[in-house]
Amino acid sequence: MARQRGTDFSSVAIRLFGYCFIGFFALCCLIPFLLVLGTSFTSEKSITLHGYNLWPREFSAFAYKIVFENPGVIVGSYGVTLGITIAGTILGLFIVAMTGYSLQRPDFPYRNRISFFIYFTTLFQGGVVPFYLIMTQWLHLKDNYLAVLLPGLMSPFLIIMMKSFVTSIPHAITESAKMDGAGDFRIFTRLILPMTTPALATIGLFIALGYWNEWYNAMLFLSPDLKYRPLQLFLYNVVTSADFIKNSSVASNVQPRDMPLESMKMATAVVATGPVILFYPMVQKYFIKGITVGAVKG
Amino acid sequence: MCLPAILFFLVMSYLPMPGLYLAFINYNYSAGIFGSQFVGFDNFKFLVTSGALWKLTTNTILYNLAFILFGNILQIGIAILLNELRKRWFKKVTQSLMFLPFFISFVLVGLIAYNILSYDFGLLNGILKSIGWDPVKTYSNPSIWPFIIVITYLWQSTGYGSIVYFAAIMGLDSEIVEAAEIDGANALQRIRFIVLPWLKPTFIILLLFSLGGILRGNFGLFYNLVGANNTALFDSTDIIETFVFRSLMNNFNFSLGSAVSLYQSVFGFFIVITANWLVKKASPDNTLF
Repeated sequence: MARQRGTDFSSVAIRLFGYCFIGFFALCCLIPFLLVLGTSFTSEKSITLHGYNLWPREFSAFAYKIVFENPGVIVGSYGVTLGITIAGTILGLFIVAMTGYSLQRPDFPYRNRISFFIYFTTLFQGGVVPFYLIMTQWLHLKDNYLAVLLPGLMSPFLIIMMKSFVTSIPHAITESAKMDGAGDFRIFTRLILPMTTPALATIGLFIALGYWNEWYNAMLFLSPDLKYRPLQLFLYNVVTSADFIKNSSVASNVQPRDMPLESMKMATAVVATGPVILFYPMVQKYFIKGITVGAVKG
Repeated sequence: MCLPAILFFLVMSYLPMPGLYLAFINYNYSAGIFGSQFVGFDNFKFLVTSGALWKLTTNTILYNLAFILFGNILQIGIAILLNELRKRWFKKVTQSLMFLPFFISFVLVGLIAYNILSYDFGLLNGILKSIGWDPVKTYSNPSIWPFIIVITYLWQSTGYGSIVYFAAIMGLDSEIVEAAEIDGANALQRIRFIVLPWLKPTFIILLLFSLGGILRGNFGLFYNLVGANNTALFDSTDIIETFVFRSLMNNFNFSLGSAVSLYQSVFGFFIVITANWLVKKASPDNTLF
């Protein structure tokens, strides 16, 4: 006796409210991006007169022209960020997968102790100051891109996520491969890795996103004298320091008073963020799948 | 095969821990850590008597409580509403849009906030002026910053969080829901008696996670929204992380920064243990450890 589902008053009311509320919230999430994009294409004069606008009152691509006039710095920043992101993601992913796999192997004697060893770091930390001293005085990584790459490699959260995913692969597979004479490392690379692609995709995305948006360690460890700094730090400089824009006005032979100060900030933001946003629709389904898989199930 | 990870956490997380000794000395750069004068609890005494510790603690905790409370309400609400909707394309599009802010750096978040709030050019003042109101000086008015920060946090994190809850709802056995419908339960009753109890374990685990971090601030958010040196706003926006960062980068007062870090770790550690213990009493299956 199937009843037509959800036609009662409260269902209809909730659906109506749902469409309005979620639609409104989604718009609020989108509009700020349009604001940045719109402003980046607005002429400086129009910004000073009317402020920032969603839709350019007076269209101008001048800001982009200046940003790209001296592509050296921005291309260098792209290179640094891209290099760090690719290298860090591959290395981090490999280590996270390896650790997650070994930590769930029932025949691994110290797995609980090591799990706790890793988990404990989320509870108790030395804090920024000792971390800073270790990185600069002990590892001598000041002004070294490794200082940005290393801290982002992994986190306890990602290892736990990987571990809970691999748990769904029957241990019998490992055992039978062992009987066939495969070593642990071979089992991992040949058997386990191919079976965990969804988890690898998700965790890889988390790591890559972290590197692309990284600016904190870069700010701590890379001094302004360094020629090329990661994209987000480059953006930070453009946004916060007038000096930076003054310098680029000298480089591009534009009078400082004619520099499109505000629209240049936005144009740089678009250039630094664009790839991630364009990339996003392609990877979103993996993200959602991964979150679903790794979701904390009570 | 765990060796790289063990090494990593040893160097990145465990090696800095003895560095908390910095909190008990008067760090002198040229003398080094062990050459500096040992001052015991003087750094803490200074923080307490200057009122800094109290202000930083209340700010950090109140912000986090607001994040946890409003964040979870909004995330659970949106997840439940999404589940009720029928148009697949609408769900897909809105989920994508809500997820978007999660993908950008805090630097851009800060710039966007400036876009909206800037006195001269901001969208907010543009709207206020166009309806004939006076523009507001956002960046020198500390009392509105709690709202700005909480709203920005919600803006950035709700999409992600609601997908976690949505995924949990997807795991709900549809037969139970159908049975309830046959018994005549309406949508509100379904949500109240089936969906919400079903989300409880997920909520508790996430709550425990966030309670553990209640003394840890979202540095990127605060630093990029408020700016490094906007002292006018510090009363309502300074959290432990921003203070420690300033003491490191601006004042080179390594000892003071370490003292605050140590306090944060010890206090946070006990909060997790207590929270876990409370949950163990209330519902033993949902504990973290």
